[in-house]
Amino acid sequence: MSNIHLHYDVNGEDFTRAGEASGAVKKRLKALGYNTDAIRRVAIAMYEAEINMVIHADGGYVDVDIFPDHVDILLSDHGPGIPDVEKAMQEGFSTAPDNVRNLGFGAGMGLPNIKKYTDEMRIETEIGKGTDLYLTVRVNQ
Amino acid sequence: MNQQYFHSVELDAELCCGCTNCLKRCPTEAIRIRDGKAHILSERCIDCGECIRICPHHAKRARSNSIEEIEPFKIKVAIPAPALFGQFNNLNDIDIVLTGLRALGFDYIYEVSRAAELVSEATRKLIRESKLQRPIISSACPAVVRLIKIRFPELCGNVMPLLAPMEVAARMARREVRKLTGLEDEDIGVFFITPCPAKVTEINNPNSTEKSAVTGAIAISQIYPALTSKMDHLKVIEPLAKSGLIGVGWANSGGESAAMLGEKYLAADGIENVIRVLEELEDEHIRDIDFIELNACSGGCVGGVLAVENPYVAQARIQNLRKYLPVSLNHLDEKDLDRMLWENELTFNAESFRLSDDIIEAMDMMEKMEEICKGLPGLDCGSCGAPTCRALAEDIVKGNAKETDCIHKLKAKIQNVYDTLGNL
Repeated sequence: MSNIHLHYDVNGEDFTRAGEASGAVKKRLKALGYNTDAIRRVAIAMYEAEINMVIHADGGYVDVDIFPDHVDILLSDHGPGIPDVEKAMQEGFSTAPDNVRNLGFGAGMGLPNIKKYTDEMRIETEIGKGTDLYLTVRVNQ
Repeated sequence: MNQQYFHSVELDAELCCGCTNCLKRCPTEAIRIRDGKAHILSERCIDCGECIRICPHHAKRARSNSIEEIEPFKIKVAIPAPALFGQFNNLNDIDIVLTGLRALGFDYIYEVSRAAELVSEATRKLIRESKLQRPIISSACPAVVRLIKIRFPELCGNVMPLLAPMEVAARMARREVRKLTGLEDEDIGVFFITPCPAKVTEINNPNSTEKSAVTGAIAISQIYPALTSKMDHLKVIEPLAKSGLIGVGWANSGGESAAMLGEKYLAADGIENVIRVLEELEDEHIRDIDFIELNACSGGCVGGVLAVENPYVAQARIQNLRKYLPVSLNHLDEKDLDRMLWENELTFNAESFRLSDDIIEAMDMMEKMEEICKGLPGLDCGSCGAPTCRALAEDIVKGNAKETDCIHKLKAKIQNVYDTLGNL
């Protein structure tokens, strides 16, 4: 099946630029006339993951593949890895520093929200090496 | 005229020199320069008036009615926007403006600020009854409603399903005049005194009702000289004003939210700021807010492109005028709320921004767009007639432009030909 491939580098140095990649993907999905509910879910899940990548892992990259009936997203970083994935998935659990909490982030809803808005979610993480987060959002018929 | 896309903003082709000022300013990328003149892409224009504001050649203007057009009606009704009251130096009494309108030939005045108080009360009631999807987005600014309609599908359901104060004012005024005179609707001309081109569009092609009760709109800037001259020579000032400080406050950004009396609200003004808020709302980044007031113009309606005074000066005057007014002088009757509800639901208009209605074809086009984009200089200079390189790429895949419309591309091509010839 034909698809559109998009690649974004996420800058870990500048927190104020976090969210640019998910914004760009949203804009493209709208231009495709994509299912609006799927656009919303992609935008939210990818935004949360992008923020995580900047807060915890000094950035990384995102690969997005848009298919007519679903969107695959890979967010890959070389950060510290997630020691306890199960714990990280709990609502309210957060290791975010105070400076980003002041901006309204770090409420411990990042991963739970990503799970809520995607149809598939897989985490591959290794301590000291980094984390790959695979997401799929399907168009509900 | 195509009723689906009536627009009040229009171009005087003779004055347009094809510069890129409006092209770059348009918040929905609805302008292209073709054959040296600006063209408006109808399906994308939200009538915000930014192009009128920016055009140094005054080639963009808003269609509106002249004061002479009130003549054919037996009863002539003026419904002035609250922003009108902020346009006059040393004004300390709204009645002077309203009596001035009477002197200009209007028989009956119904301030839009009165209807604004009804809309505020209705909003508070609907919020209390928790009948609306939160956060609730105000429906008062027609440019914002149109923007949501073409760009923010997931937010259409958050827009408050109440008619804007202008429409409510016209209906209330008609009811009162019919009762007073026994005349039929066609004998009554209701004219909105407007700071806003989008309201003119709203009258001709309403967002959420079949037919507007407003007959026409007269720009504040048009009526201003005649009105001030009448106001300077009034013998008696009639006690006509019936609005409280809540209604008059709607002229300024924040006025409508303040009338929510303590709900958790946010008020943003200026079209770029509005877009930023809508983007964040769509991504659910804005939480813990119940009510969102959005005004396309900086400062609120006082910043309308058809107003005459500096918006911030007008804001200060409005604040001053409100000072000794009662809080609210208009209250809902039992049946009023039903009359103020939208007749038509707000539905998303997908065609404005999508490449094709067939997803496979759209994906194919986007692939080509990305490819074309890589070959463009990325200067977003506007010389090709599109606002950005990306927009040019989009126009090319849609068959509305060609790559050599880009002067940098053209230059490279000519250079290439020149070099080849030189080598012969």
